[in-house]
Amino acid sequence: MLKIENLHAEVATADGPKPILNGLTLEVAAGEIHAIMGPNGAGKSTLAHTLGGRPGYEITEGSVTFDGQDLLELEPHERAAAGLFLGFQYPVEIPGVSNVQFLREAANAQRKVRGQDPLSGGEFLKLAKEKAALLRMDMDMLKRPVNVGFSGGEKKRNEMVQMGILDPKFAILDETDSGLDIDALRIVGDGINAIMRSPDKAVLLITHYQRLLDYVKPDKVHILAGGRIVKTGGPELAHQLEEEGYEAVA
Amino acid sequence: MNDLTTLPTTRDEDWRYADGKYLADANPATINHWRTLEVPPGETRFQYTEHSSGPLAKGWTDRLRVHVGRGGRFESFIVITGGPYERCEIEVTLEEGAHFEFGGVTLGGGDKIQEFVTRVIHAKPGATSNQVVRAVQWGRSTGNFLGRIEVVRDAQKTDAAQNFRAILLEKGASANTKPELEIFADDVKCAHGAAIGALDEKAGFYMAARGIPPEVARKLQVQAFIADAFENCTTEHVAERLLEGALAALEEAHL
Repeated sequence: MLKIENLHAEVATADGPKPILNGLTLEVAAGEIHAIMGPNGAGKSTLAHTLGGRPGYEITEGSVTFDGQDLLELEPHERAAAGLFLGFQYPVEIPGVSNVQFLREAANAQRKVRGQDPLSGGEFLKLAKEKAALLRMDMDMLKRPVNVGFSGGEKKRNEMVQMGILDPKFAILDETDSGLDIDALRIVGDGINAIMRSPDKAVLLITHYQRLLDYVKPDKVHILAGGRIVKTGGPELAHQLEEEGYEAVA
Repeated sequence: MNDLTTLPTTRDEDWRYADGKYLADANPATINHWRTLEVPPGETRFQYTEHSSGPLAKGWTDRLRVHVGRGGRFESFIVITGGPYERCEIEVTLEEGAHFEFGGVTLGGGDKIQEFVTRVIHAKPGATSNQVVRAVQWGRSTGNFLGRIEVVRDAQKTDAAQNFRAILLEKGASANTKPELEIFADDVKCAHGAAIGALDEKAGFYMAARGIPPEVARKLQVQAFIADAFENCTTEHVAERLLEGALAALEEAHL
């Protein structure tokens, strides 16, 4: 479903472009969940942003194919409409725009690209209520401005509500587990399974900790270091990392 | 500038950001004319204006002098989207316990110069005023806010607030602001703030990552930005109409 080959990318900084990804190769098939772990500065968030098409992240070499099409040719909003969802490590606050308006615009913009009729206000609210309940989020929070005044955990839960409403084919979740307490971690884990566990969907989970993987069982675990995948294994690799650390394992 | 035969120039402080060419060709009788409004004690008066002008328009200036009686309230909400030069000037004198609520939005592109000029005189104790001005400019346009607050010697317990923020959607657009506070009483609260910047790129990418195209994202961001100016409008449908009018002008921008 997602095929990344020899990806090289650099990030614009005040001191000029800085190479972060150095020949990253990775393939995630439909129906699979992969975890990416790695030390700070390895390039995990850069990978997420590069796949999302964030301005300032330039690809210097390599290719990314998503569902048979060249992902890198698409604008960020076109990637979303093609079925790619990027869960943010730091979800952005947007004062003055309610969650409901934001998500309805998003859902209908995606539907328009796919040639589907827009959801009416009533249809959208029904869907939003269902997904908010799945993540045990109060509907009142959906009426508030996007992420404004939300705690770190509420922001992450809101990301998952958004994922539920937008129903993507492929989700890249960048440290969705950081900032969550134990109960919220379980709710988010259950949410990911409920929304994304399907033979025609796939997930790339970027995480620092093994704990989320207790709830969302990965098919494969990759270690990212120095901008490349240096080791790939099964779920046991995450346990080994937790015990021994990156230096010993990678 | 009370002389009815002389034209103001950009050398005059209150006209420093004005369109010099417009002033040179203006009719002194028009430009020096002040409308007046008396708000009786304890009563409320409203002024809601959405000013846009067609491509052949030469410009527009409006000057309004308001006297608000004891405990009265004057509410003014104005959207300026036209050009080539549009200026709205309001002078308000507040008696004891009176209130002035002002929300202004300038929004435009091309070479338009759009400005609000206010002078709020807190003439007696306990009066309050709140001004929120937002500017959204693109092309080579300019949005200005010159706001003067005067608190006379005996006007204790005055509470005056003034806030200006501008978003420049393109390089080449500009915004000017000149807050002036003259305070002669000692027990007063006067707050003012100003910020000029661009649209938040992080929010733009966040919206794109959810599938919202750039033009819709921009509209949502501008909507949120200018909505601040109408937050204290007590007539909800008026606030909505003004907001819609402003956003319609944004759609013509073709950015």
